[in-house]
Amino acid sequence: MGANPFLVVVDYDAGNLRSVERALAHVGVDATITADWADLARADGVILPGVGAASDTMAKLGERGLTEPLREYVASGKPFLGVCMGLQALLDHSDEGGGQECLGLLPGNVRHFGFDHLKVPHMGWNQVTWLREHRIASGIASGSYFYFVHSFYPDPADPDLALGETTYGLTFPSVLARENMVATQFHPEKSGEAGLAIYANFAEWVREAA
Amino acid sequence: MLTKRIIPCFDVDQGRVVKGVSFIELRDAGDPVELAKLYDAEGADELVFLDITASSDNRATVYDMVSATADQVFIPFTVGGGIRTTSDMKTMLELGADKVSINTAAVNNPDLVNEGAYRFGSQCIVVAIDAKGVGEGWEVYTHGGRTPTGIDAIAWAREVVERGAGELLVTSMDTDGHQSGYDIPMLRAMSEAVNVPVIASGGAGGPGHMAEALTEGKADAVLAASIFHFGTYSIREVKEALSEQGIAMRPVADRD
Repeated sequence: MGANPFLVVVDYDAGNLRSVERALAHVGVDATITADWADLARADGVILPGVGAASDTMAKLGERGLTEPLREYVASGKPFLGVCMGLQALLDHSDEGGGQECLGLLPGNVRHFGFDHLKVPHMGWNQVTWLREHRIASGIASGSYFYFVHSFYPDPADPDLALGETTYGLTFPSVLARENMVATQFHPEKSGEAGLAIYANFAEWVREAA
Repeated sequence: MLTKRIIPCFDVDQGRVVKGVSFIELRDAGDPVELAKLYDAEGADELVFLDITASSDNRATVYDMVSATADQVFIPFTVGGGIRTTSDMKTMLELGADKVSINTAAVNNPDLVNEGAYRFGSQCIVVAIDAKGVGEGWEVYTHGGRTPTGIDAIAWAREVVERGAGELLVTSMDTDGHQSGYDIPMLRAMSEAVNVPVIASGGAGGPGHMAEALTEGKADAVLAASIFHFGTYSIREVKEALSEQGIAMRPVADRD
């Protein structure tokens, strides 16, 4: 395909779906918003957005028949980006709402901040420190600020999954990456120039891989 | 480190920014999208639009504004004013607003907070509280600060957070418009009463006032209108001044 890769944003009624689409448009990428598993099967790149509760997310993905197609897509080795709840959904399990099984594409759990001394959700701009090199971070300085809104954080079983980390009461991996998968706990679509650079880098990756 | 947020607020009437915003570099100082882009470039951490359009016949103007802003500005923004139902909330969020702010509608129908939080998530439900000092405490006012309710503001803050509000936008009717500082005791009482972020509003005359609100007042963010719109201080100046006082700020990117 080369010049015009087929980039899919998974539509399961996530609140930030349109914001992701707009950010991609701003960096010159035409994305397809779809809930059709057949589109996932032929996609060159997939973005899983997300806001809200883990149970709701898993239920909606299930209702739309997207759980298996997502697993198959990731297994295909083509670039995948998860955002916020789209990161948490990748892990084995979330503690949210009394416990929720997630996609299990990355080993680990999603845990509650549960602070008394700090406000929850962790809401606002915070820094991400890169722990290693990755093409998604290309041109983005370590220590750049991104916009976060979340009460639960990823706790991967394998510390090598962490690509970037952030401190709020504790230090947690705010960007996970393994092989063809990258996922951010923050919202790149609401993080100004640094966030747009994440989408531009992802689009470039998809273009090259297509 | 999580930074404190600086939030410019715009009053919008029929899709146009009102209250004399004066920026020579803008072609059209009444265009909310142009202003939003300018403040974004200046380092605003979020934006708040307060729709004061009197007639509900003209709602379409604000819809266009929200959608156009979301197309071009990639920082979070909140829309308040005229939101009375979950259907109003849904409309704004689908058009691209990140959060909706409710005030009088929450007092009239507190279940709206629960319903909004349940349907869209607490993170996008902001409850605005306008309050005035009375005796030892503060009383909630509605209808833009004109109508006393007899409700204790601190108890109300606790109640709306229990119902699912994700953030509080707290305006002191005593200090609003005077540019002589925020109501620090009220902010502090409010912030200590709840475990969600508190945005301080009403009374900013300069960075010193904002520093007070963020430290002694324990606020998580400060909102201001006039000092930014009239060019008394730029957001960059405010952020630099607050950084110098040791308050965590997201630095303003240098423009090429």
